[in-house]
Amino acid sequence: MIHSPYIRKPASVQSVMLTVLIALIPGIAAYVWQIAAVVLVNLVIATVTALLAEAAMLKVRGRPLAPALSDLSAVVTAWLVVLCFPPILPWWATVLGVLIAIVAVKHLYGGLGQNPFNPAMVAYCAMIIAFPSLMSQWPPAGQLDLQTQLDLVLGGVRELDAITGATALDAIRTGLRAGNTSVDALLTQSAFGQFGGRGWEWLALGYLAGGIYLLVRGIITWHMPTAFIVGLAVISGAFWLTNPAQFASPLFHLASGGAMLAAFFIVTDPVSGAATPHGKLIFAAGIALIAYLIRAFGAFPEGIAFAVLLMNICVPLIDMNTQPPVFGHRGGKAR
Amino acid sequence: MLTALLIMTGIAIVLGAALGYASIRFKVEGDPLVEKIDAILPQTQCGQCGYPGCKPYAQAISNGEADINQCPPGGEEGIRKLADLLGREFKPLSEEHGHEKPKSVAFINEQLCIGCTLCIQACPVDAIVGAAKQMHTVVSPLCTGCELCVAPCPVDCIAMVPVGETVETWKWKYPVIELRPAA
Amino acid sequence: MIARLFNFRGGVKPVSHKNESSATPIVKAPLPPRLVIPLRQSIRSTARCLVQPGQRVLKGEHIGEGEGPLGTSVHASTSGTVVEIASFPMAHASGLETPSVVIEPDGEDRWIDHAPLDYRNVSRNAALAYLRNSGIVGMGGAGFPTHVKLGNGSGIDTLVINGAECEPWITCDDRLMRERAAEVLSGATILRELIGARRVLIGIEDNKPEAITAMRAAASGVGDTLEIVPVPTLYPAGGEKQLIRVLTGIEIAQGKLGADFGVQCFNVGTAQAVHRAIHHGEPLLSRIVTLTGNVAHPGNYEVLLGTPVDALLKLAGPKADTDRYIMGGPMMGIDLQSLKVPVVKGTNCVISASPALFPPPPPELPCIRCGACARACPADLQPFELYWFSRAKNFGKTQEYHLFDCIECGCCAFVCPSRIPLVDYYRFAKSEIWARERDLKASDQARDRFEFRNFRQEREKEEKAAKLAAKAAETRAKLADGTSAGAAEAPPPVSDEDPKKALIAAALARAKQQKAAVTPQNTEDLSPETQAEIDEIEARREKLND
Repeated sequence: MIHSPYIRKPASVQSVMLTVLIALIPGIAAYVWQIAAVVLVNLVIATVTALLAEAAMLKVRGRPLAPALSDLSAVVTAWLVVLCFPPILPWWATVLGVLIAIVAVKHLYGGLGQNPFNPAMVAYCAMIIAFPSLMSQWPPAGQLDLQTQLDLVLGGVRELDAITGATALDAIRTGLRAGNTSVDALLTQSAFGQFGGRGWEWLALGYLAGGIYLLVRGIITWHMPTAFIVGLAVISGAFWLTNPAQFASPLFHLASGGAMLAAFFIVTDPVSGAATPHGKLIFAAGIALIAYLIRAFGAFPEGIAFAVLLMNICVPLIDMNTQPPVFGHRGGKAR
Repeated sequence: MLTALLIMTGIAIVLGAALGYASIRFKVEGDPLVEKIDAILPQTQCGQCGYPGCKPYAQAISNGEADINQCPPGGEEGIRKLADLLGREFKPLSEEHGHEKPKSVAFINEQLCIGCTLCIQACPVDAIVGAAKQMHTVVSPLCTGCELCVAPCPVDCIAMVPVGETVETWKWKYPVIELRPAA
Repeated sequence: MIARLFNFRGGVKPVSHKNESSATPIVKAPLPPRLVIPLRQSIRSTARCLVQPGQRVLKGEHIGEGEGPLGTSVHASTSGTVVEIASFPMAHASGLETPSVVIEPDGEDRWIDHAPLDYRNVSRNAALAYLRNSGIVGMGGAGFPTHVKLGNGSGIDTLVINGAECEPWITCDDRLMRERAAEVLSGATILRELIGARRVLIGIEDNKPEAITAMRAAASGVGDTLEIVPVPTLYPAGGEKQLIRVLTGIEIAQGKLGADFGVQCFNVGTAQAVHRAIHHGEPLLSRIVTLTGNVAHPGNYEVLLGTPVDALLKLAGPKADTDRYIMGGPMMGIDLQSLKVPVVKGTNCVISASPALFPPPPPELPCIRCGACARACPADLQPFELYWFSRAKNFGKTQEYHLFDCIECGCCAFVCPSRIPLVDYYRFAKSEIWARERDLKASDQARDRFEFRNFRQEREKEEKAAKLAAKAAETRAKLADGTSAGAAEAPPPVSDEDPKKALIAAALARAKQQKAAVTPQNTEDLSPETQAEIDEIEARREKLND
């Protein structure tokens, strides 16, 4: 027996996820062009792993395969895992990361829609704790030829120090920790581009373009990206103004690391994030704040992943206390 | 040494005072557990549990004399609520106390009724009206369906009629979640 | 003049499908072979049957008397013979049956004597009673009695007439406004005068330009108390609360009455029915029904109440691949479980549905909390939270999240990318909560009655014991007396009777006293008929007492 409504908008989880994948394409293109083309290989590895893991878990849990596999949510998770991992990881590390995300975070909590934590971010955190050095090796933008990249990813070649470098965030951290140098001096080093590390700023632009596409398509709302970007700018700006020599500028923070990816694709994960309009603002701003504190004072160069997980914990509390007023209960108006 | 002793004593006094205050401030009136159990019981007053009414059964549960699975009208849901309230394991309805039945009300066949008033005396909620040598009838909205009036009737003119679904009592069903068989 | 329109949050824009049925004029449907008139025209109240099988009735004759505060009269829609009074399925999602009067028309369609009411020269209460006896209820679907909504005649500033008709496919109000604009406006004027409002706002969705033009043309002579306001097309702009919000900016919370905010709302169909009743003396006997969907001749038909849907559908000619029928619109309508269901006062549309037009929903996927439902909800609820709690049967939480503010408009389920039948969960939760409240009330009542009975038994036992003790003492005293007098004769039988008589007399006196002390309740605001009835009963009682 079917009850009203008898008509439905032609929207589906599949189309939502497909839109997200499409929105990732400009970012990926910038990645291939500026950083490392081998990311495409990683994407393929991750996608295959994700689908196999999803199928296996569905089988184990006795759930139907077809609808869950075709909804593309596993592919989105896999792509996000790849995009926040260093591109020159050996293939097994990518596989491991995707398995953590799909098996441990998504299915052990009950599958699509049930996970309290962002799968890609748990994968990142688990991997950076388990393999700190491996996860900190980023290729200098556009300086490795494809063969070297492939050797690193597929062949297990590890001549690390010769070919890899630190990211801008990393360099600033080590530089400042070593003392003597100021942010300005560090930023004039050739490895960094205009703001966020040479090449990476293009990536940030790519993600921004994809994010705007998502906004236009109505997949995400303005709340989270705005709160995240503004939050990060305000907190980093405050520190920068007090001591420009010791703290990098807001522009640097926004353009470097995974800030833009996070603003539009990570923070906005609906399943593990806050859902009310005010809740979204608090959630995203909270992530920006924690991420900055970890970047500036913590033990890890990039703090967004930890920040997301910490705020994921707060989501039920945030949602519960930010329920928007219901029609007719806004007060006033009555005579 | 002395300071430590003083501090410890001070803490003890403060905590003692706080506990004492709390015990007065949050003093529990009466026996709320019996009230809470009674609120879960369906109030049919049928005595199927072996006690003369719902309140005595609630009292017995609270005293640990009776088990939570002796109330057929409350059914499984009632047992579940009691188990939740008392922090006990759920157990199925005890066979010896009866079976869960659809809600019914008593109906007096007025052709047969001789006006003996025995059913009126048996009804725990005064839901039967009539007088000696006058026909009796059941006020069905008040009837709890306890069946206590059925046995005393000398002419067997009382029947239990299941309460049909009306538009007022009709309920929407729990939506069925369709799962395709694993491919 | 309205300075500006307001908007409500949320809403959706489904494909309207109005053109299918709105192009052709209203056609009068022929007399069906049988009329099945339910005594329960809405869920709220069932009328008391006034006719017997075999009785001949005239068009417009009373066949059911409304009972209770929400009752309204039911009339024979045409002249003929009452064949039977039997249970027939009603226009309700449950598909349950309800007692109905079956009339076989004689084909003459002969009217009972009827005359218009000069409502300006009778008391307001008389006019309301007249509407009640004319069977006028809200024709937008819910069927709420109009005389109840007209309230006490004070405190209403704005009267809203709902011509929005926001549900897809339905065009009956559209055609009504195009063809009978003057009648609608006349009805609106009557309603305005009865409710004592300062102004009338008639809201019409801007996808009905012809209706707006027709209504404006008709309104040009009425004066400036009445205004036709085009409102943006956005489902559910025709929801009562949403339309009031759009036109006046007032938000009426769940459980509150429009009267508390100085605004009341009626459907255009209701206004037209009021006009027919007051100015022509015709009770509500027919309504306009849209037949559309997968049919050969979609259109609007003026249908006698009680016409079974299967007889009606023949007019439109459903196509072969029709697999089910929807009564009402596709957003809030119900699936008809039987085509024996008759047209009732709230039936605005019957849609013939085929898998091509209304594809079965694809399998449900888990909720991903995307929030699309919350953005679409016109009541500003968080539908996905309500869904979680309803699904988990956590009914307390659903109420904390304002489940009962949900108007079941279907916007959330319409936009859900996981195609979860969200509204079904809310309906389930609501009816469970109602059932629990009923059960709780019943068990509280049973507990009170049980406790009182126990108390009464105790008291009776004590009284009996006291009486026995008194009697024993009396006997003892008498015996002592007797021995002293030396007489051994039995006490006269009167002595046993006397105290009893005295007791009864005392009880009577007490009862009289009590009666005098208590003023009877609910005796204010009686209609003249009821007052007359009461007087008659009192007279009878006096006679008996004498």
